[in-house]
Amino acid sequence: MTLLYTEVEEELRAAVRELLADKCSPSAVLDRADSAAAAGTPYDAELWKALARDIGVAGLLIPEELGGSASREGGASAREAAVVLEELGRAVAPVPFLSSAVLATQALLTAAGQEAGGNVAEELLGRLAAGEATATLAVSFAASPYAPAAPCHEDGATLGEDGTVTGTVTGVIGAEAADVLLVPVRLARKTEPCVGLCAVEASAAVRVTPVPSLDLTRPIATVSFASAPARVVARAEGLEVPWVWEALMRGAGLLASEQLGVAEWCLTTTVAYVKERRQFARPVGSFQAVKHRLADLWLEVVGARAAARNAAALLAEAPAAGPLGDDAAVAVAVAQAHCAAVAVHAAEECVQLHGGIGMTWEHPAHLYLKRAKADQIALGTPGEHRDALAGPADLPAPV
Amino acid sequence: MRVTWDEASVAERARAFLAEHDPAAMDRLEFLRARFDAGLAWVHFPEGLGGLGAPRGLQAVADRELKGTPDNQPGRIGIGLGMAAPTILAFGTEEQSKRFLRPLWTGEEVWCQLFSEPGAGSDLATLATRAVREGDEWVVDGQKVWTSSAHTARWGILVARTDPGVPKHRGLTYFVCDMHAPGVEVRPLRQITGEAEFNEVFLTGVRLPDALRLGEVGDGWRVAQTTLMNERVAIGGAPARRTMMGVVAETWRSRPELRTHDLHQRLLRLWVDSEVMRLTAVRLREQLAAGHPGPEGSGMKLAFARLHQELSGIEVEMLREDGLAYDDWTFRRPDTVDFIGREAGYRYLRAKGNSIEGGTSEILRNIIAERVLGLPAEPRADKDVAWKDLPR
Ligand SMILES: Cc1cc2nc3c(=O)[nH]c(=O)nc-3n(C[C@H](O)[C@H](O)[C@H](O)COP(=O)(O)OP(=O)(O)OC[C@H]3O[C@@H](n4cnc5c(N)ncnc54)[C@H](O)[C@@H]3O)c2cc1C
Repeated sequence: MTLLYTEVEEELRAAVRELLADKCSPSAVLDRADSAAAAGTPYDAELWKALARDIGVAGLLIPEELGGSASREGGASAREAAVVLEELGRAVAPVPFLSSAVLATQALLTAAGQEAGGNVAEELLGRLAAGEATATLAVSFAASPYAPAAPCHEDGATLGEDGTVTGTVTGVIGAEAADVLLVPVRLARKTEPCVGLCAVEASAAVRVTPVPSLDLTRPIATVSFASAPARVVARAEGLEVPWVWEALMRGAGLLASEQLGVAEWCLTTTVAYVKERRQFARPVGSFQAVKHRLADLWLEVVGARAAARNAAALLAEAPAAGPLGDDAAVAVAVAQAHCAAVAVHAAEECVQLHGGIGMTWEHPAHLYLKRAKADQIALGTPGEHRDALAGPADLPAPV
Repeated sequence: MRVTWDEASVAERARAFLAEHDPAAMDRLEFLRARFDAGLAWVHFPEGLGGLGAPRGLQAVADRELKGTPDNQPGRIGIGLGMAAPTILAFGTEEQSKRFLRPLWTGEEVWCQLFSEPGAGSDLATLATRAVREGDEWVVDGQKVWTSSAHTARWGILVARTDPGVPKHRGLTYFVCDMHAPGVEVRPLRQITGEAEFNEVFLTGVRLPDALRLGEVGDGWRVAQTTLMNERVAIGGAPARRTMMGVVAETWRSRPELRTHDLHQRLLRLWVDSEVMRLTAVRLREQLAAGHPGPEGSGMKLAFARLHQELSGIEVEMLREDGLAYDDWTFRRPDTVDFIGREAGYRYLRAKGNSIEGGTSEILRNIIAERVLGLPAEPRADKDVAWKDLPR
């Protein structure tokens, strides 16, 4: 296992970066965010198609047998997905990679191992890998991987006896871009509480209502199902939802790489700005109060890279489905606890050290601040991830 | 002679060495000397100088195979191992390397670092200790301060001014100082911990043969940079057997009555920070092993100092009444440097030095800002002025 980037990973990064430089400049992203009010969504379908199909990022976690590029022997893995997320974070790219190629894909991979919906999951994974369809996991982006039953609370979606889903889920990312929604449901048939994961194709019976969102480049939406035809992908007795848990946990681990990308853009952009901007007849970057803040931030980003790489490497070594081992779970929690805060700090420093221009709508810094702050809440807060470490670190709470 | 080493061949060599040298049946020093001669002291050093010319990362393999055998007590000889050795290797002649490295590594000869002076700390290049050439000798006069281990040292790495007529960085030369030479006087300086790890060293008419010069005359600043770079990695980046986090966590586990929610939250934060620092160090070593050293090295000591200070501070606070006590204020001159030894109060006080020794945290931030991030330097008045004409 290495914490460095491999040559293959660097090649993938270069391809993604080149495409983003061409199609996803900060000003282009800002235009999309501006017109989102009219268009209903900032998601860039063209860009996503190019990423998903031409570069093949949609199938990085999907096994080769199912049409993706993941394999144990030299194929893609969570490490490559992490590198893509770094680049997408650096560009705050409005594409549904995290929602479709990570969260929904991981939910399907976990379900594919189970009897009930194996075939449905595999068929969907094939479509996702080919870039023919985009999916999302209809679970709140604020859900914590440490509260696994929460997505199936009583007023969530239910699967009726007629095989249709009814109910509302709030705080969903990537819903406007999704052809397929994977929704955890309660099964109405049983007397015992029992849950399942359903695949619902976007249709008239599914209403996606975008919510004015803090994060302009990855907004949340409310998704309502009104007797929407559904296929059962997986089911379980009791309230255990391994598909959701696995998706949130692994998603949290990979989100750290996006946070790293956000932080790196903020640091690089700020350093460049303070070298140029002059006050008191010298560059503001020559003032020690500024230099020391940026040195500290650099150190945080260096740590974030080590933590994010470690999480990606351990996720890559873990089996595609099934619960994560302790090492990987610790790596995910450490990466989130650290990287979430670093991204926010980097974005806040970016705004502050740009002065007035940093406060304007016109400058892209706010896109990063909004992304960083939303990411901090997403998939478990830093505090939740830290609490989860009390056990593995053997630092028991006071009694 | 083999050219490339890998994990298996280093392990193999260590096992073969052990098969021929039974530490239980040998004198400790003889064993260490033999280990040095077998190239298992620091495998990345050249053959004949305690190494195999192998990648640095393979040292862990040798250490693993030789676990439990007598070690060279790194706490006694940290300055030799971490600073003198890499500098001698980089700038010493063949003869100097052969003379100094073996007893340095085995711990037979302790080294100290004669850099800081009363008038030159962060601004090391402004130092005033003079070395004047007389035939084949140099005569050294001046005062050094904060010199750790000077009282146990056989040798010192010394930077002195050989040309006051040029700007400060250019008039320096680097020497090995014979600590037993006439005119070297070492006096203890008591620290806030109560003991004296460090000393002041008075150099009065000390005669050093030119053979003890390391590097060219006037090139002392460049040689000193090698020492300082290695010092920072040695203090912050080395893998630790026992860590401050480990020590504080032991206290937390064994004293449940002291736990509070506030401390728990803070401790978990620091546990994450420790883990991030460990991973950063792992990644840094990987970069070094892969032959592309990253600038990450300059940051390790900064992170390390902060972590040590916060953790040791939490421990004293957590201990409540026990934190009001101190184990022992007796003045003594220890022969080891141990950041996490003794008790919580000592650890707390000793950790204060971590952000001062080897370059203060402020200076390290300057270095990161200017050399890593490329931010402009502060305007300065001392660059092109002869040292003797600087305002004092
Ligand atoms: C425990 C311990 C062991 C040591 N062992 C040795 C040893 O073995 N050999 C040896 O040679 N030295 C040793 N030192 C000395 C150490 O390297 C110096 O103390 C250190 O470099 C700082 O120099 P100074 O003490 O003169 O402080 P000063 O340089 O006077 O600094 C005073 C304060 O000003 C700040 N400051 C200075 N310049 C700047 C600047 N440009 N920008 C911002 N802030 C600045 C410093 O950070 C510090 O906070 C040791 C020190 C300690 C504490």
